[in-house]
Amino acid sequence: MSILELHDVHRVHGSGPTAVHALRGVSLTVEEGELVAVMGPSGSGKSTLLNLAGGLDRPTKGEVVVDGTVLGGCSRRALAALRRRRIGYVFQDLNLLAALTAAENVALPLELDGARLHQTRRAALAALAEVDLDGYGQRFPDELSGGQQQRVAIARALIGERRLVLADEPTGALDSQTGDAVLRLLRSKVDAGAAGVLVTHEARHAGWADRVVFLRDGVIVDTSGPLDQPDALLAPPGGGR
Amino acid sequence: MHGYQLRAAFEESIGGTWPLNIGQVYTTLSRLERDGLVRPLAKSEEGQRPYEITDAGRADLAAWFTTPIGRTDRPRDELAIKLALALTTPGVDVPAVVQAQRSATMRTLQEYTRLKARADQPADLAWRLVLDAMLFQAEAEVRWLDHCEASLVRYSPPPLRVPQAAQETATEASRR
Repeated sequence: MSILELHDVHRVHGSGPTAVHALRGVSLTVEEGELVAVMGPSGSGKSTLLNLAGGLDRPTKGEVVVDGTVLGGCSRRALAALRRRRIGYVFQDLNLLAALTAAENVALPLELDGARLHQTRRAALAALAEVDLDGYGQRFPDELSGGQQQRVAIARALIGERRLVLADEPTGALDSQTGDAVLRLLRSKVDAGAAGVLVTHEARHAGWADRVVFLRDGVIVDTSGPLDQPDALLAPPGGGR
Repeated sequence: MHGYQLRAAFEESIGGTWPLNIGQVYTTLSRLERDGLVRPLAKSEEGQRPYEITDAGRADLAAWFTTPIGRTDRPRDELAIKLALALTTPGVDVPAVVQAQRSATMRTLQEYTRLKARADQPADLAWRLVLDAMLFQAEAEVRWLDHCEASLVRYSPPPLRVPQAAQETATEASRR
């Protein structure tokens, strides 16, 4: 079942001779359990694509569908609710609120949505446990390492019934071990039934995806994947030893 | 250890990424024996001949571990040569060559990553590090290809300077 669909999506910033065509006719479908990486140089339209997929921006032309809902047909209020309930965001600048504890940060999307306090608290602690941050709920962001903060951001992005996870360079400046752990976590969340889109310029992070799409000047120029069964890889080349 | 045991031990530590031919193992053993680095022991009842390492062999092994491998010991990079030739051969769509390679290398990277995702036990460390080596190499290649692409955007080819003698052959080749 597809969680995200982009149909011939265009996005033009500005108008007239100075208009910038950030996306020119992008179509992309991301299924449940699928992680798709988007790679491309700066200015290729990666972030625009992610913003459109997350309902943070609207296409000039074309259609975006999230979990069966056509975003273009939504009121502001409905769109805001969909963003809070169905879509999780992990951005490079983590946007953790310094004045809130880890658990409060994670609970925020649910609280904004009007859930009861004891429910959101329980959900937040469970979400933190899932990212191996048991017992860190009472710490403030500046009492956590970079990797731990990143995991808090992921826990927040994934709390509740999120179907779509959008990540923009989610490993930021983390070292390769910690970065791997973040990607491993994202991968396992997607495997558990979400759909993920990962924007990155790091090939080793894109390696975690089922498909990698290459974006150039607002157009998808190539796609790598989906993959074969992993066991085929271990067979010696040519079939015999 | 005899040949089959050696092969099994080797493959266990690197996780089957480099399948060994048993013939290769025995050729290597006889070369090591010739150089005095291993010595054969008595045949077992099953007819297997175990070998043991000599002092000279131990010294050689220790030296191997402590000496860095030189870049020049590795085979030439066919991809770099291919791109250099693509750039200087008329009529080749160089960005297409770059993208085709990037897509293929990316796929390899995805496959290695998937294997790595499955190798999660502490006991898998040796195998995971071998996988990481392949991952980092593939990553470096993708980065280099990104760099090539960025350089191509700014590149305008200089007029071709073909040596007079080679001119005819080149024109002939491009006609084909």
